[in-house]
Amino acid sequence: MYQILTKEMLTPTICRMSVRAPRLAAAAQPGQFLIVRADEKGERIPLTISDYDAGRGTVTIVTQKIGASSSDIIAFEPGEAFADVVGPLGLPSEFVNMSPDELSRQRYILIAGGVGTAPVYPQAKWLKAHGVPVDVIIGAKTKDLLIYVEEMRAVCDNLFICTDDGSAGFKGMGTNMLEKVVADGHSYTQAVIIGPMIMMKFTTLTCRKLGIPAVVSLNTLMVDGTGMCGACRVSVGGKTRFACVEGPEFDGYEVDFDEAMRRQGQYKAEEAEANEKHVCKIGRGK
Amino acid sequence: MANKIPRVPVREQDPKVRATNFEEVCYGYNKEEALLEASRCLNCRNPRCMTACPVNLQIPRFIAQLAAGDIAAAAAVIAEDSSLPAVCGRVCPQETQCEGSCILGVKGEPVAIGKLERFVADYNREQGGNQPVQAIAANGRKVAVIGSGPAGLACASDLAKWGYDVTIFEALHKPGGVLEYGIPEFRLPKEKVLAREIDAVRRLGVKIETNVIVGRTITIDDLMDKEGFEAIFVGTGAGLPKFMNIPGENLCGVFSANEFLTRNNLMKAWREDYLTPIHAGKKVCVVGGGNVAMDAARTALRLGADVHIVYRRTEAELPARREEVHHAAEEGIIFDMLTNPVEILGDERGWVRALKCIRMELGEPDESGRRSPVPIPGSEFEIPTETVIMALGTSPNPLISKTTQGLETTRRGCLVASEEGATTRPGIFAGGDAVTGAATVILAMGAGRRAAKAIDDYLKAK
Repeated sequence: MYQILTKEMLTPTICRMSVRAPRLAAAAQPGQFLIVRADEKGERIPLTISDYDAGRGTVTIVTQKIGASSSDIIAFEPGEAFADVVGPLGLPSEFVNMSPDELSRQRYILIAGGVGTAPVYPQAKWLKAHGVPVDVIIGAKTKDLLIYVEEMRAVCDNLFICTDDGSAGFKGMGTNMLEKVVADGHSYTQAVIIGPMIMMKFTTLTCRKLGIPAVVSLNTLMVDGTGMCGACRVSVGGKTRFACVEGPEFDGYEVDFDEAMRRQGQYKAEEAEANEKHVCKIGRGK
Repeated sequence: MANKIPRVPVREQDPKVRATNFEEVCYGYNKEEALLEASRCLNCRNPRCMTACPVNLQIPRFIAQLAAGDIAAAAAVIAEDSSLPAVCGRVCPQETQCEGSCILGVKGEPVAIGKLERFVADYNREQGGNQPVQAIAANGRKVAVIGSGPAGLACASDLAKWGYDVTIFEALHKPGGVLEYGIPEFRLPKEKVLAREIDAVRRLGVKIETNVIVGRTITIDDLMDKEGFEAIFVGTGAGLPKFMNIPGENLCGVFSANEFLTRNNLMKAWREDYLTPIHAGKKVCVVGGGNVAMDAARTALRLGADVHIVYRRTEAELPARREEVHHAAEEGIIFDMLTNPVEILGDERGWVRALKCIRMELGEPDESGRRSPVPIPGSEFEIPTETVIMALGTSPNPLISKTTQGLETTRRGCLVASEEGATTRPGIFAGGDAVTGAATVILAMGAGRRAAKAIDDYLKAK
């Protein structure tokens, strides 16, 4: 069993938990993800890894309450345990396998949207630890939805905050922020974009306009996460790829985002029905 | 004369009723029927059935015990060679193996060996499952088995019987491999049958660690260098789905049979109390003609859809077992033969609206000896459908070969291994679909057993 050690609500709908999973914690690298199955009747939910500690044998997950399954995950309390936590899944970020020489030529801009800020954190942390210049943009709808601000500040060179309504930082979206940062004289060899599919689509377009290569991390549908089901298939450069084993990170310029967004919503009707019927029983009255 | 008794028919759920539920199709024999059927066996001196069985089950011996009424003894005979008799009794292609070689089949009907095996296993389990556990002294030597499907379970069982300290590493949250995620409940009940046989493997001393993806969570080298495993058996199956690479395959409503079946079997989408979503809709086309295609079609039917099986050759060439084809047809599945998809057509929302196909005719025999289908020019037509399920076969998962130095693979991605299971790297053995490509449960079990013997020889010589 995979015991929950700590839990905190970062916003009213976003929850951070550290979970005991020693094998996973020892193997995890930036860019990878995991799958949680809360209990016997739950779905297998792919989640990003927002930190890992091989010494303590723990991984940190950040979950946003969206449907029945994510609500069930969030309902767990410290001391309780998830039925299953498996990973790390997917390939590590490209920089993990770069030579010191290649790394020395890189200047990264990591662009995070909403709950996608959580998986950006281990990437910034890794780059900072390896002496690679790294700036981070965190974007959210409003101030209350910003997460990982202080944590991120500690692991990057420049942190830029933006909100759609201007309640914190720059008023505008990540795309506007990126254009401003570049106009202010910052230059980058590589962007990594993690957030909602629509945000990744438009931020990729901005990167293309600015001439910055862009990597995106795709949060597709998945069942097993090991290449078996093909639910995660995406068109990249006109070829079908499996996000679970060949991703989750791909060249944003090549991704067919419109198809990816349609595929992501494939079970919406079934899920709406499930949410209607679902009564969360976990963690109540304990 | 024993062989004057006709083969005892087996009772099945009515096709109209079973098309709406996930209960098992075949009820199996009761004791009376089993004893009568067992009395038909001639107990040949040179049993061809046994030679035809990939795990060399001692068929006449167990049937003789059964005919004599000693069911526990019959179960003990089976247990010497197989840990999964209730599974094999249900899913083996007996017609081409044991029963296909039965001498009674020459002039009449062969002994119903599969149904007898199933009866002995079910009866024994229901009577308290006094699974005979051999008390062999543990030798303390560690062997890791990767994958808990039929190959892994068979290999682990033999090694445990011989005293090895065996741990199976399974990537999914439940053991069983294809038996769990692939084969539907109505052919192989999960809790009542599969879980109990896996429990029996555990009682032999085999440990099963789920949620470990070898190649990601840990590597084979770590298992050998850091965790002290002296030999490894790779029984990771053939898990990667094939697609046709035709336009429209990434439309919403196109699924691999693996996804569709995994959602329904492993993730229990058919049960109201599970959260797993599944999409069948009103009409489903399943592309392919193997057992997996039949399983996907019959699952979609039970979820309420009208189902067509689209296959490019004729019914005679369907690779699925006759019994499965017969059951599918009985339940109301429509077979569109000599039909090959060329494109999947979508609506304005990006969902499937029709499968565009071309009519085929049979031409000259190809290298497999089957007459190869040839498209008839200008014969394209559309089958309106909500869902398309691709059941075109599977290939081995490259996760292990890509993360383990020295493991050679073939062009088709199969691990290179000898008949005994030795791979190109000493200490690492492999068998089942990971080596052969997609085949049958029993062939995988046979390969698992041969590899167990090879591992035993290797470690004794080490």
